Amino acid sequence: MSRLSFSWDKGVALFLVLAVMWGTLVADNFANTSNLAFVLRDVTEFAIIALAMTFLIISGEIDLSVASTLNLASASTGFLFREGLPFEVAMVGGLLVGLACGLFNGFLVTKLGLPSLAVTIATLALYRGLSFALLGNQPVNQLPDFWISIGYGKIPGTFLPWSTIVLVILAAIAWFILHHTRFGRWTFAIGVNAEAAKFSGIPVQRTKMTLFAMTGLMSGVAGIVYTLRFASASPDGAVGFELSIIAATLFGGVSIAGGVGTIWGVLAAVFSLGVIRSALQLSGFSANSLLMVSGGLLLISVIAPRVTEALRNRKPAAAKTNTKKTLREVGNE
Amino acid sequence: MNNRLIKSGIKAFALTSVLALGIAGCASGTTESASTEEETPAAEETTEAASEGLRIAIMPKAINIGYFAAWDEGAQAACEELGASCDYIGPNEATGPAQVQFINQVIQEGYDALVISAADQNAIVPALEEAAAAGITIVTSDADVAAESASARLVSILPSAADRIGTAEVDWVAEEVGEEGSVAILSAAATAANQNVWIAAMGPYLEATYPNMSWVGGSLDSAVFYGDDDATKSVEQFNAILSQYPDVAGIIAPTTVGVLAAAQEKKAKGVDVAVTGLGLPSEMAPYIEDGTIAKVGLWNPIDLGYVAVYAAVLGHNGEFDGAVGASFTAGETTYEVVEGGIAYLGDPFTFTIDNIATFKEIY
Repeated sequence: MSRLSFSWDKGVALFLVLAVMWGTLVADNFANTSNLAFVLRDVTEFAIIALAMTFLIISGEIDLSVASTLNLASASTGFLFREGLPFEVAMVGGLLVGLACGLFNGFLVTKLGLPSLAVTIATLALYRGLSFALLGNQPVNQLPDFWISIGYGKIPGTFLPWSTIVLVILAAIAWFILHHTRFGRWTFAIGVNAEAAKFSGIPVQRTKMTLFAMTGLMSGVAGIVYTLRFASASPDGAVGFELSIIAATLFGGVSIAGGVGTIWGVLAAVFSLGVIRSALQLSGFSANSLLMVSGGLLLISVIAPRVTEALRNRKPAAAKTNTKKTLREVGNE
Repeated sequence: MNNRLIKSGIKAFALTSVLALGIAGCASGTTESASTEEETPAAEETTEAASEGLRIAIMPKAINIGYFAAWDEGAQAACEELGASCDYIGPNEATGPAQVQFINQVIQEGYDALVISAADQNAIVPALEEAAAAGITIVTSDADVAAESASARLVSILPSAADRIGTAEVDWVAEEVGEEGSVAILSAAATAANQNVWIAAMGPYLEATYPNMSWVGGSLDSAVFYGDDDATKSVEQFNAILSQYPDVAGIIAPTTVGVLAAAQEKKAKGVDVAVTGLGLPSEMAPYIEDGTIAKVGLWNPIDLGYVAVYAAVLGHNGEFDGAVGASFTAGETTYEVVEGGIAYLGDPFTFTIDNIATFKEIY
C-alpha cells in the first residue's frame, strides 16, 4: 500500500522535472532565474495554503473557504492600516483574522457536527462578504515602501523573492509535523477511519479543530504575502484560488477519501502547475488556450490519483461495495 | 454515515467543479487566438526609422472583449504606420493579479514597450515598476493606475475627463425619461476604478441639474448595482433593480457588458425602463435599430489604442517625455499632457438610430 502511494508522489516529482525540461525546450525565456522568481512568486500563496489543505484532506475534511479567508485576512490588514494602525500591527491583525476564520469553520464542523463541505461553502461566501463590508469598494493602497519592497523585491544577492523563505520554513514545519510526529500520525489515522481512531484514543474532534485553525492561519499568511505582492488590499482578490489549491493538493497524491498524502508530493504538484503555465505562456499560448490546458490538467489531477487509488484499494473497495449491497438487500427485505 | 456523506459530497464537488472548468476552458478556447505577430512594411517618416523593429505588447484588461478588440485594432494600425511589431496579449479575466502574470511575460520576453489598460489600479503597480526598471516604456490607455502611482508609467491616454463621462450619461438618461423619475446604475465590479470615478460624478450632477429626478432608494449608494462585467451576473442585477424598485424610470450602465445585458433583458422581458450607458455600437446595433435602446455612447477605443502606441513609440525613442505640458502628435492630431500625466482624447461620442448603421461596422 505505502509502496504504491510512494510511487504516485515520485510520479508527480518526475512530472515536475519533465515539465521543467519541456519548458526549457519550447520557450526561449523560460529557463533562467528571473523566470524562476516569477514562477515562485506566482505559486507561493497556493503552496502555503496547500500545505495546510494537505493535512485537512488527509484527515477526511476539506476547506473551500481558503481563498475567501486569504482575502479577508488581506482586507482586514488593509482596513486596520487605513484606520491608522501601524502596518506591522495591521498584519498581525490580518493573521489573527485568518486564524479566527479557521477556528469558526472548525467549530461548526467539530462542535455542531456539520459536514465541512457545506460549512465551508457557506463561509466561502460569508468571508468574501465580510471583505466587502470592511473595505467597501475602496481598495487600500499606499502601503509602506519598506513592506512593498519585501513583497515584490528579492533577497539581496539572490534571485529569490522574500516570500520563498516563508514558504521554505512553513514547508519544513509541515513536513516534519505530518510525517514525523504523533499529531501527523493522528491526522492519517482519522482520515483512514475516524471511528477506529476515536476508539483507539485519538482526540478526533480536537485534532480536526487544530487542522481547521491551522488552515485558517496559513490562509492568513498567504493573505499577507498576497497583500504585499500586489501592494494593495482589495475586497475582490484571490477569487477562485480554492479550486487551484484543492486540485493541486489532489494532483500531489492526497486522496480525496482521506488517509493518504505527502507534503512533498503536494509541493511538486503546485510547482508543476506553475511551471506548465509559465512555459505555455512564454511559448505564445493565449490566455484562452491556457485556460483549456489548466482545465485539462485539473481534470487529470483529480482522475489520475483516484484511478491509482482504486487500483490500490481494489480489495477493500470491493469489500465495501459488498457491505453496501448487503445492507441494501436487508433494507429491501 | 455522516463521514461517508461528506466524502461523496467532496468527490462530487471536486469532479463537477473541475469538469466545469474544463468545459469553460473548451468553450473559450474556441474563440480565435489573439496574438498578432506580423512584421509590417517600413514607412517614410523620421520616427518610423527609429521605431523599426520595436516590439510592443498591447495588453487589454481581458482578451475576448469586443471593446478591447477595437482598441487593439487602433493600436495595430499605429504599429503598422510606425513599423513596430505588436502582440495582443493579456488575461481572460479582468483582474490585476491575472494581468501581472502577463506583465511578467512582457518583462521575460524583453519587449520594448507596453501599452496597457489597467485592470486594477494598484495591484499591477509593482509589476509595472519592475517592467520600467527593465527598460520597458509603459503607457496606460483606457484605464490608468492610481494617481499616486502615476510615476509607474510614462503617460496615460484616457477618453474624456472622467466627470464628463459620468455627467453625459446622466444627460442621456434624463433626455429619454423626460427629466423625471428615479434612476439606477448597473456598474461593473465594485472595485472598477473607471466606473467608480464616473459614478461619483453622476451623483451630484443629477441632483443639481435635474430637480425632478432622483436615485432609486434615495441616494447614489443605494442606486448602484454591480454586475462584475459578467453577462449572467449583470442580467441578475438588472432584474434585482426592477424587483427592488419597480417604479425605476431609467438605468445607466456605464460598462459595455452591463448595457448589453440590460438591453437583452429589457427586450426579453418587455419591461418599460429607459436603458442607456456606454456600449459598443456593433453589440448595441440590434437594440438601437429595433427601438429597445434610444442612445448609448462611447469614446472611440480605436483612437485610444492608436494614440497610445504613438505615445509609447515616441517615448521609447526619447522624442516625448510625458511631462505635464509636453505634447505629441499621433496621426493628424496633437495631444497635450495635462495634470496627472494624462492626455485626453475628447468628449464621449453618442450612437443613435441616425448613425448606428455606420458605426456598427467599425467596432
